[in-house]
Amino acid sequence: MKLYLRYLSMHLRTAMEYKASFWSGTLGQFLVSFSAYLTVRFLMDRFGAVEGFTYAEVLLCFGAVLMAFALAECFARGFDTFSRLIGNGQFDRMMVRPRSLIFQVLATKVEFTRLGRFLQAALVLAWAVARAPVAWTPARALVLAEMILCGAALFGALFLCYAGLCFFTTEGLEVVNILTDGSREFGAYPLSVYGKTALRFYTYLVPLACVQYYPLLWLLGRDVPAWYALLPLGGAAFLLPAYGLWRLGLRHYKSTGS
Amino acid sequence: MKKYLSFFRVRFLTGLQYRAAAAAGIATQFAWGFMTLLLYRAFARAGYDRFPLPFESLSAYIWLQQAFLALFAVWFWDSDILEMVESGSVAYELCRPTDLYTMWYVKTGAARLSRAVLRCAPILLVAVFLPAPFGLTAPASALQFLAFLLSLTLGFGVVLAFGMLVYAAEFFTVSPAGLRVLVVALVDFCQGGLLPLPFLPAALRTALEWSPFGAMQNAPLLVYSGFLTGGALLRTLGLQLFWLLALVLLGRLILARGLRRAVVQGG
Repeated sequence: MKLYLRYLSMHLRTAMEYKASFWSGTLGQFLVSFSAYLTVRFLMDRFGAVEGFTYAEVLLCFGAVLMAFALAECFARGFDTFSRLIGNGQFDRMMVRPRSLIFQVLATKVEFTRLGRFLQAALVLAWAVARAPVAWTPARALVLAEMILCGAALFGALFLCYAGLCFFTTEGLEVVNILTDGSREFGAYPLSVYGKTALRFYTYLVPLACVQYYPLLWLLGRDVPAWYALLPLGGAAFLLPAYGLWRLGLRHYKSTGS
Repeated sequence: MKKYLSFFRVRFLTGLQYRAAAAAGIATQFAWGFMTLLLYRAFARAGYDRFPLPFESLSAYIWLQQAFLALFAVWFWDSDILEMVESGSVAYELCRPTDLYTMWYVKTGAARLSRAVLRCAPILLVAVFLPAPFGLTAPASALQFLAFLLSLTLGFGVVLAFGMLVYAAEFFTVSPAGLRVLVVALVDFCQGGLLPLPFLPAALRTALEWSPFGAMQNAPLLVYSGFLTGGALLRTLGLQLFWLLALVLLGRLILARGLRRAVVQGG
């Protein structure tokens, strides 16, 4: 843990060496998510509500997913750019060091410019928390925090899957983007709006709905069983199969030789 | 002229080699288009009377957008050019007996076109066979289809000219990566990459339609389904032509100034 903090401060200082680049990058990330927000806003303005969710309710969902994604992307970026580590042989050097591989990959890259996205998510979330028709209690606030943290774990697990697949393909697989970037984009709305089949996909295969749709229903006081509030933990459990895939890939790994 | 054609051919053929990547891209784009349409279906149920364009037109818009993503998405930067400007090996390019602007314009165009050629056919083919409001319908007349092709070409030209502006601006900044993220975020929204422009509030929509961004993917994708006809169609095509010429001229100016500033050191 102490070592990780050392790495963090190192990455922060590196980023600060190029201040103009850092700030324009952060602003850029902010704008990327801001345009996603504008999309939601213009659509909700025009139509009022979608599948029984109002603007404030959708924003609550959007903010939680966006914040989870920003956290995952900031800290687990090493897995997202993993094909480069394999391609240039840096991963081989990691394997001879006496530290866990996952730790090292996590520590190689920390992308602080993604805080622009985080900031955008925080603004949206603050607005939505104030406006959404939720009677806030400590328990409800805790569930919202659970949604965000478990969501971050789920996105981290998806990045881990992506890295695990890189062992087999060397190149990054563009298809996985539909699960990572796609989950962020389409997770902006409660997943029930995409219909039953999509909801089932996002419940049993990629459990995004567990950190998003089901606990949201509970937060909004809809008529659902109370255990829906604990489902985000199930979403975070996606880390287990992801870790399995990573191990499988690791055993299969042969160096690219460069 | 001949040398630029051969630049084009080399780049185009290189691009055609990446078939596995294209297959993966097709799957991604297909899933993306499908989810987007499911979202709009939910909004159509919420109030189809507030839809600014018929659902069939929207479906055509989404599928053409996915099929021709490589032509219009701003984030397909040419990493060769970026690296050349950053590392300074652009000096070698200047030694060639070619016009830098034309050469880069042709090269980036070829790279995008080869990507699009590999990817568009399967997506369009599947989209044609999808059930009624979600599929891609044929345009109403041959004339309309011709107008679409013309608009597609002009829009592609505008995107390339805009990209050249960014490459030229690279000469003036020390932090090009940040600049590019900014540009991508801005342009992608303004050209209707996230939300078709008709869905925007009226004032913003009009402003963007007159801007160079409206001359990018917005124009051809709306022309195809017959959403723009008559006077509106002629105005759109005229605007596209105007912006193409204006951006090329501006890009040439900026590039020339950038090159004057650049100092080539030995070594």
